[in-house]
Amino acid sequence: MLKILDSTVITLNVNGEDRKVVAKPSDILLYTLRNELGLTGAKPGCENGDCGACTVLIDDIPIKSCLMLTVEAIGKRILTVEGLKNAPIQKSFVENWGFQCGYCTSGFLMVCHSLSKMHPDADDVTIQDWLQSNICRCTGYQEIEYAIKSILNGGSSDIEGSTF
Amino acid sequence: MEKPKIGVDTKRLEAWDKVTGTAKYNADFITPDTLHAVMLASPYAHAKIKKIDIKKALKSEGVLAVITGEDAPYLTGSMIHDRPPIARDRVRYFGEPVAVVVANTEEQGMKGVSLIDVKYEELPAVNKIKDAIKENPILIHKDLSRYTYAATDIYPKANTNIMDHVKIRKGNMKLGWSESDVVVESTFFLPQSDHIAMETRNSAAQIMHDGTVIINTSTQGPFAVKEELSDIFKIPEGKIIVKTPLVGGAFGGKATIQLEYIAYLASLAVGGKKVLVRNTREEDIMSSPGKLGVEGYVKIGATYDGMIKALECIYYVDCGAYADTAPRMAKSIASDCSGPYNIENIYCDSYSVYTNHGYTTSFRGFGHTASTFCIERILDKLAKKLSMDPSELRIKNAIKENDTSPTQDKITLSNTGDLNACINKLKKLINWEEGTLIENEDGMIKAKGMACLWKTSNSPTDATSGAIITTNSDGSLNLNFGATEIGPGMKTTMAMLLAEKLKMGVEKIHVFMDVNTQVSPMHWKTVASMTTFMVGNAVLKAADDLIKQLKQVGAIALKCQPEDLDVGNEMIYMKTDPSKFVFFKDVVHGYKYENGNAVWGEIIAKGNFIMRQLTPLDKETGKGKSGMSWTVGAQAVEIEYDPRMHTYRLIKAATVMDVGKTINPKTSKGLVMGGMNMGFGLATREEFIHDDDCILQTTSLRTYKVMRFGEQPEYIVDFVETPQMGAPFGARGLAEHGILGIPAAFANAMSLATKEEFDTLPIFPETIYKKKKEVEQ
Amino acid sequence: MIPFEFEYYKPDTVEEAVNLYDSLSNKNKKVIYYGGGTEFISMARRYNMYADAVIDIKAIPECNEFDFDGDDLYIGSAVSLSQIADINKFPLLSLVVKRIADHTIQDKITLGGNIIGTIIYKESILPLLIANSDVVLENKTGKRRVSLNKVFNKKLLLDEGEMLVQVIVKKEYVNFPYQHVKRTKNEKIDYPLLSVSALKDNDTINVAFSGLCEYPFRAKKIEKILNEDSLAKKDKIDEIIKNIPGEILHDVGGTKEYRKFMLGAIISEILDSFQEEE
Repeated sequence: MLKILDSTVITLNVNGEDRKVVAKPSDILLYTLRNELGLTGAKPGCENGDCGACTVLIDDIPIKSCLMLTVEAIGKRILTVEGLKNAPIQKSFVENWGFQCGYCTSGFLMVCHSLSKMHPDADDVTIQDWLQSNICRCTGYQEIEYAIKSILNGGSSDIEGSTF
Repeated sequence: MEKPKIGVDTKRLEAWDKVTGTAKYNADFITPDTLHAVMLASPYAHAKIKKIDIKKALKSEGVLAVITGEDAPYLTGSMIHDRPPIARDRVRYFGEPVAVVVANTEEQGMKGVSLIDVKYEELPAVNKIKDAIKENPILIHKDLSRYTYAATDIYPKANTNIMDHVKIRKGNMKLGWSESDVVVESTFFLPQSDHIAMETRNSAAQIMHDGTVIINTSTQGPFAVKEELSDIFKIPEGKIIVKTPLVGGAFGGKATIQLEYIAYLASLAVGGKKVLVRNTREEDIMSSPGKLGVEGYVKIGATYDGMIKALECIYYVDCGAYADTAPRMAKSIASDCSGPYNIENIYCDSYSVYTNHGYTTSFRGFGHTASTFCIERILDKLAKKLSMDPSELRIKNAIKENDTSPTQDKITLSNTGDLNACINKLKKLINWEEGTLIENEDGMIKAKGMACLWKTSNSPTDATSGAIITTNSDGSLNLNFGATEIGPGMKTTMAMLLAEKLKMGVEKIHVFMDVNTQVSPMHWKTVASMTTFMVGNAVLKAADDLIKQLKQVGAIALKCQPEDLDVGNEMIYMKTDPSKFVFFKDVVHGYKYENGNAVWGEIIAKGNFIMRQLTPLDKETGKGKSGMSWTVGAQAVEIEYDPRMHTYRLIKAATVMDVGKTINPKTSKGLVMGGMNMGFGLATREEFIHDDDCILQTTSLRTYKVMRFGEQPEYIVDFVETPQMGAPFGARGLAEHGILGIPAAFANAMSLATKEEFDTLPIFPETIYKKKKEVEQ
Repeated sequence: MIPFEFEYYKPDTVEEAVNLYDSLSNKNKKVIYYGGGTEFISMARRYNMYADAVIDIKAIPECNEFDFDGDDLYIGSAVSLSQIADINKFPLLSLVVKRIADHTIQDKITLGGNIIGTIIYKESILPLLIANSDVVLENKTGKRRVSLNKVFNKKLLLDEGEMLVQVIVKKEYVNFPYQHVKRTKNEKIDYPLLSVSALKDNDTINVAFSGLCEYPFRAKKIEKILNEDSLAKKDKIDEIIKNIPGEILHDVGGTKEYRKFMLGAIISEILDSFQEEE
């Protein structure tokens, strides 16, 4: 039985590397990533699971890191935006003007990245289901829609030249 | 020759930082020495603070200090000094900061806050505008007439809750009404709501041994932070340094100063150590300022053939518990109260009213969303009464050259643009001619609504900007100016302007992405859609200065006169023989002769800009000049209404705006779409709901709803380009404007589809159900 | 951030978990079983929930089971809503959980957490109530398998230290025709204005509601009216509205009147849909 009673050194697998961090049971993963590891790509936007700006992938699945205890991540693979290495969605967001202020972007990228891996043929309903987990306050979402669709199979190739 | 930069889609300079997680925002700079300030919020909307017991909190682990209003005898406010940074003696809105705990960690601060014991004596609260303005109201600020004022043109009424009254008196109302064959009047209401920038507001302060105050803050106005901190705390301005990195959205909500005061006071309480105060989402909604609420009464008269002859309007602006910049928005509602239409006889009163709601500050559109809603709804009602196509009524009355604005400012094509060109283009894009009301066989009803918009800047009359260019020995340029990057890509726009002017690659312009008031030239505030205009002009002036210097040193190198030379492709070359040239890189840090002697030194160029010819409005008539130009546009919304369930779907929305010149087309369209999307938020869901005790109910994103992915309609954005003289390449402001007409166009479409009149926002399915039900009964 | 500290335990067996609960409680500690934790974390940060110790049940095999065994479908209480939807063993349940919170949070919310939590809607219980499911509950004194309808009254009636281990659904119910309608104030990601699940058990429609009262419920009386052949649709709706077994919610999500209107519309929609399927 895993038992953590107080601040302890634990090992987290983050972006492919085992990292030792000090954590106590009440620590939230978002803050361990940000404050202990300096991975500030995941953002606090509501700390309540409503906005998605803190989304990371846990064993490839999107999770809002503000609603996860750090100790829950022991033994799991954590992927943050800093761990994306030229993922197609990054380029696609740049080329489709998928952000303005950029604060929600990391979270959107992680959801999109996971979606493209798990459902490369995702239809509109699935795309909407997944991406409704995140809030963007700057764009009209149309740019984000183009960005995700352009990396999914059957993605429209003329989006680059679109006149949105 | 280098290709043109203006009008070409250019990716934002920081784009890759934003998709790799390396883009840093203010609260991303986490250092182990940072202490945390956590606020205690008032649970009442209006109460006397009888006693605050901080003893337990002070004993709590990790707590270093607890400060209350007693420790901070200051009053702040950009218009009226009416707001203590931490409540003193009484609280005036739910969520108002009452005490601040400074602790080693945020958790310890939270724990400390929970141990503070406050005794309140609850007072009756002013929950509605009508209660604020009635005879013998509950007074929210008994000292209103004794406050000091940061502005001269503000007219509070002693012993009332009215902090300002703006009047527009134009033409002859008697004549206007006598010329009117039909008259329509209505009352409108738009609730308070919130900015919901994704980055909540946060600020850090540190006080150095020599008294230098360093503020790291997420703001639209680092220079205003410096000035106001200096003014309130009597710190010499040169001793204050404000630093702002990328800002995670703002929409006006970060143009005011709030947490900066608290961070400073918190740092002061712990001997100057660095203290960060960071809003939770709940605090960002309930404690920091939001968007104003408006009640409007509008009466309009026109001839049978649809010429508008008279307009009377009265606006009550729910500014909440403190003034902040709200009176300026009430002024801007008044000064553009006609909408983009020529109306010769106007009578308008715009009152700024205190209530016990959260206080309000600038919000995208600066009050124009409210005035646009009222005027564009009344125009649709007028069109209905006249049996006229709403677009025709608008075209007939569209403002044009030689007309005058409500403040009697002269309209020119240059300062306003071409509204009718926008309307005509819009009608094609939205297929207006197919009909605005179509009932499908399945019972669904499709309807289209239209609204026009206009907006001017309403800046201070002396708002100013600067730009500095320094140089690198590879011939590239560094550009530094005081506008913060809040999302619209202004750093990129400025690089494009400079690159265009220098005829060189944008990638060779290195823009200082942050603002540091110690090293960046001033920019009034990154607000009012004025950055391209103001900073752009400063950058162009700096570019002229740079070119002049380049030619002077080039003339030495090329043994000719400066006027013989031109610049381009990072070269200075002879106009008559471009094969005779010298590279920038060989002169920007001085020119060295073959024998080693050198002249000139580093080329540093500068430019500045200040608003021209603006005046405050006359107290009695409202005559004056609020901005150097307007941006006009037309918007349409198509919806599908289900008459059985009273639900609706957003199908399409289009905007055509006269932007003078599109600098960066995709960026411009993105800004307009973002504004439209926010407009749909106001139209369909965003509102502050207060219970009977004036307690805000919508304090998190669970209850305060914004638009989510997939709920948006198809967006179509297009532009008309009537250049504005004196603007960089003719470009007008556009960043806010997408929001302005959407709620009105939506309400017009809904009213048409349901055959009911919707004069209150937002419009939920239940709102429609209730209307239908009322009619049935 | 959570402004208090607690101990974290992640037992490997139910036995370990319930014994731990017992021993920690005996030390006067406030103990909670911890599933997805979404509610605990969001409430703890607002000082609305407290614990000295959390027992994370996600490593317990029974709590992660999600498969048929003979005629029974076992769903562990730590199975996430996303797993329920993706693996899709019980289509009505899949449909319902896909409308709870948002997709990313569905990766974290567990079935047990949704049923036991303090948030009043607990929508995932609707299909389980109308499928006459059983639940497996266990504490230090023992394990019991009981009918959900018997132990759910406004909330799951747990004995001291009892944890929800599994839900068991009979195979036949999984394949019955079903309907689910959820309406919100306006946007998709929201608590329900009204959420209704219905399942057709041969000729009888079973129905349960969330968002109508301060708790989800299935009511015999309502089902009786719904299944009364002699009543016209309109009369059924009127009668049902008259026989709601509690105070109808009236809040920022919607007024009481509007919820009644929506209830009528949804029942009508469900009856029509079943009719069409025939």
